[in-house]
Amino acid sequence: MNKPKLPAEMICIVCPRGCRLRVDEEMNVTGNACPRGAAYAKTELTHPTRTVTSTVALSESAIGRVPVKTSAPIPKEKIFDVMAEIHRCGAAAPVACGQVLIKNVLGLDADVVATRTVKS
Amino acid sequence: MATDPLRTETFDLVIIGAGSAGLAAASAAADAGVERILVLEKEDYPGGILLQCVHNGFGLHRYKEELTGPEYAERALNESNKRGIDLRCGAMVLKITPEKEIHYSGEKYGYRLARGKAVICATGADERTRGAIRIPGDRPTGVMTAGLAQHYMNLDGYMVGRRVFILGSGDIGLIMARRVTLEGGKVLGVAELMPYSNGLARNIAQCLNDFDIPLYLSHTVREIRGKKRLEQIVLARVDENFAFVPGTEKTFDVDTLLLSVGLIPSNRLLTDLGVRLHPKTGGPVVDETLQTSIPGIFSCGNSLHVHDLADFVSSEGENAGRSAARYVLDGADTPTGDSPVIRTEPGAGIGYLLPSVLHTDRTEEFLLKFRVRKPYRNVVLLLKQNGKLMKKVKKPYLLPAEMENLRLTREELPEPSGTLTLEIADE
Repeated sequence: MNKPKLPAEMICIVCPRGCRLRVDEEMNVTGNACPRGAAYAKTELTHPTRTVTSTVALSESAIGRVPVKTSAPIPKEKIFDVMAEIHRCGAAAPVACGQVLIKNVLGLDADVVATRTVKS
Repeated sequence: MATDPLRTETFDLVIIGAGSAGLAAASAAADAGVERILVLEKEDYPGGILLQCVHNGFGLHRYKEELTGPEYAERALNESNKRGIDLRCGAMVLKITPEKEIHYSGEKYGYRLARGKAVICATGADERTRGAIRIPGDRPTGVMTAGLAQHYMNLDGYMVGRRVFILGSGDIGLIMARRVTLEGGKVLGVAELMPYSNGLARNIAQCLNDFDIPLYLSHTVREIRGKKRLEQIVLARVDENFAFVPGTEKTFDVDTLLLSVGLIPSNRLLTDLGVRLHPKTGGPVVDETLQTSIPGIFSCGNSLHVHDLADFVSSEGENAGRSAARYVLDGADTPTGDSPVIRTEPGAGIGYLLPSVLHTDRTEEFLLKFRVRKPYRNVVLLLKQNGKLMKKVKKPYLLPAEMENLRLTREELPEPSGTLTLEIADE
């Protein structure tokens, strides 16, 4: 197995605190204020993922766009493929916050869901 | 017989602004027992700036999960709706009189008056513009503030440009760098006048580094060129006195320049009323109850001082809501001229320190909020009352981009008057 190259220090992006993380050869993480930081550092070095947020065109409403996100982080290298799917997608009001607009996008085990409730 | 068309509705509390601060203030005031609450919002939908912040990272402190801006707004709104709070959108407040009469107007309402025993101003902040930083050159279209571009893209669905440069590394600028990239634009770079970024570290990582967008520290835009639409910008390095370094000019062919060069608390309603402003924050001078220099008028959120996190805006809003409730229900919260006060003062390395005034006879616990002037590593914060050291706190790092908190109890402030200073010293 290829050992990931270890950066001197990485910024945790899990929350706005932005902990400075250090990882050693045995994948022990230090500098994290919570367990999520340790999990982030390991994922980031082996297979980085991101939650994608954007908007989708909305019809039947005074608001022209409804904001969306992926319901789970997706592989970083798939960000632009997921964006292409989001661009192809359209929705019509009413939309509920959390409503699935694209089921299991590109088979990545994440849905694209609305993040705002818009009444018709 | 002619009746007064301007019938005044009366309330216990009127809150101006239904963003994170105003909505949290309303819910907290209702929980504290205030019955007649009115919230006035100038936009057609409640939520404030959160509605256009479609990215995630909100709510980790408050809801222990990661939400997008609109999701966070929806939770805050649901909480205020659950309490049956009267929220009127599309209602622009025009003035507040010394009698706490609020003049507002809107398509749905005409011109109306509402009186509150207490008023909370949660009116947010405005973006600094090209004029505020005086960039020389032509005046083409395509030069706009980052928050305006965010509104165009996320709420209106317009792409702001194809080749974009961003001046200012504040969080809005960084978030917009990613947003423009995701939507198919090319961001050629982000420039920052200071030798360090003014955004959260995580936003440098996930908005710039993820997409290989260069960050030019100690650089600024020297000239704007373009006949109708922006065609080119000239970037140059600056020295420690912010003077251009000759020979460092670089030109970029861009159609759009986004400015993320700071926010100014929006307080015209309060300044018209004669409320005293803080020289550093641009918001009003407040005590620990967030009451301004006029009794019964409170301030919170970005109109008090610019925040980095919505979660902290909400908790500040709750503080204002509880304070306004005490003012309305007890009526005894008005400090008299001779009640003892502690005045706070920023010491070495501290940019600003809030609140400006503390009353140990009325409050048991205090939350000091401050920003540092420049980045620090491995330092201590020294809190001194009348020159005597009261508290020492170790800090591994401090950044101007991150607002810091310091909690204090009455027991830690043995003297009820004098000056409280906060300063930074080497460990």
